[in-house]
Amino acid sequence: MNPPNLLYAKTHEWTRVEESGGAKIATVGITAFAVEALTDLVFMELPKVGRQVKAGEAFGEIESVKAVSDLYAPVTGEVIEVNSGLPEKLETLNADPFGAGWVAKIRITDDSALSNLMNAAAYEKQCAEEAH
Amino acid sequence: MRNQQATQLLFELSKPGRRGAKLPASDVPARSLSDLLPAEHAAAFPPPLPELAEPDVVRHFTNLSTKNMSVDTHFYPLGSCTMKYNSKRNERIAALPGLANLHPYQSEDSLQGLLQLLYELQGMLCEISGLDAASLQPAAGAHGELTALMVAAAYFRDRAQQTGEPRRTKVLTPDSSHGTNPASAAVAGFEAVTVRSTPDGFVDLADLRAKLDRQTAVFMITNPNTLGLFDRQVREIAHLVHEQGGLLYLDGANMNAILGVARPGDFGADMMHFNPHKTFSGPHGGGGPGAGPITVRAMLEPYLPSPVVTKVGDRYRLAFDRPKSIGRVRSFFGNTGVLVRAYCYLRTHGPDGLRRVSEQAVLNANYLLAKVKDRLSVPHGDRCMHEFVASAAKIKAQRGISAMDIAKRLLDYGFHAPTVYFPLTVKEAMMIEPTETEGKETLDAFADALVRILDESPETLHDAPHTTPISRPDEVRAARTPVVRWSPSA
Repeated sequence: MNPPNLLYAKTHEWTRVEESGGAKIATVGITAFAVEALTDLVFMELPKVGRQVKAGEAFGEIESVKAVSDLYAPVTGEVIEVNSGLPEKLETLNADPFGAGWVAKIRITDDSALSNLMNAAAYEKQCAEEAH
Repeated sequence: MRNQQATQLLFELSKPGRRGAKLPASDVPARSLSDLLPAEHAAAFPPPLPELAEPDVVRHFTNLSTKNMSVDTHFYPLGSCTMKYNSKRNERIAALPGLANLHPYQSEDSLQGLLQLLYELQGMLCEISGLDAASLQPAAGAHGELTALMVAAAYFRDRAQQTGEPRRTKVLTPDSSHGTNPASAAVAGFEAVTVRSTPDGFVDLADLRAKLDRQTAVFMITNPNTLGLFDRQVREIAHLVHEQGGLLYLDGANMNAILGVARPGDFGADMMHFNPHKTFSGPHGGGGPGAGPITVRAMLEPYLPSPVVTKVGDRYRLAFDRPKSIGRVRSFFGNTGVLVRAYCYLRTHGPDGLRRVSEQAVLNANYLLAKVKDRLSVPHGDRCMHEFVASAAKIKAQRGISAMDIAKRLLDYGFHAPTVYFPLTVKEAMMIEPTETEGKETLDAFADALVRILDESPETLHDAPHTTPISRPDEVRAARTPVVRWSPSA
């Protein structure tokens, strides 16, 4: 269920890295496992476009009926675009977490943090462990 | 039978012109509103208050009161909240006219009885906590946290002026803490930093060491913690915190487990709060008022809120001349009604009785744990303090039954639900705290209900509760588009 072409953070964010005009652009979202674990979503706070983020830094928030959780930037760079319609349509995260439910695009300025991200198989293993 | 008609909204029951009081005709000449009040201060029309007769109002509230679960009607194992039965005797004493009818602006000399009570309560809380000085002002547990952190901030400001040490900006809290801990830290102007727990539920000392430094003002610990486990590393934790010049705060939410057994001051805490509405029989669950008195070590005493109750000769006085005090955090003396009940509770039980309270609370929790652990996994071991956290994660994976489903279904069996989905470190958490005031029969009946529910069909549970006036409110819609004001339907 976790697309094999993505990278995954321990904190359950997914990242798709694409080259565009010589820059590396990371599209970032929340995995289906995380959306399921959060249960019913209520609010979301997106990062501001233009913000410089460091890998591992909290750059947004998501609130469910259970708790408020931070969203962590999986890469270091500048936020160049956010999925601004998402907070109004949180059900998109349930329906299509790896597609239409993307959260932000980050222009990577330092790609050293990419090596900390997992492939789908390693992430699946982490999820299996966490489920118990 | 419930009178459903009486529980319609008061606005729906209203009839124009209906009254509950009959006043004698006024013998003072009437003057028009515009004579008495400049037009810009007058509302365009009177407030649309419901108009009702006295029996309408009495029946409305009496019937509403029976729709609720309370400690007086149901077993209430709401973990972390200590919903013990509160004896009616303490209510009666708190309602005595000599206490209930006092006015805070009376002279000190005419308040000697109440001041003596508060003075002695300060002393008893110090004795139970193993600390030196108390403030009874905070109005709730989280307010106690905030007050203590403000006291700590004032203490460090003072110390920095004397020693030139850098500002302390951080407050550390474990990831299993009550959400109020980091919130209080933020409100008090600190940066809240989370310290991880080990897989077995205790403070991760390596992570604590890594995050402790000379910028750390306070580490806030709940011990026993929110998993119902006593962290035996607490003295080492206190040592590590003190080594960096910081203070150890004890969140007293779980004091019901250690009264007369262990004193926070002895295991290294420098300040703490009590929740008299949990531990000392204040009314609880109705939204307040609560109380959150704090106790602190002697070096923090000058910074406590002002006034405190002191004894001068044989008179009790309110001490205002405290130049280092952070000032008032609550009007007058705090929520004295709750404090009076706490005083009665403490005087009734005495030192030995308090120890028995905790021993029985721990025994009841362990009995219940032993009865349910074969059916519902308890991830953190076979022994607990006054509460334990079970997990429905396995049964959710196997049969699609969640902690929420089980909690909702318990209502049909006549039990208040345990706390669910807290602490956040346990998946599908169910936090169960029976308290010392329940008999074996009640604990057995609850355990039997829990076991029967686990055998029921997932469909039955997904739709539960089936017997309450409202089944499952739409929590998402309530949070996203709350309707907080009634308006007549079109």
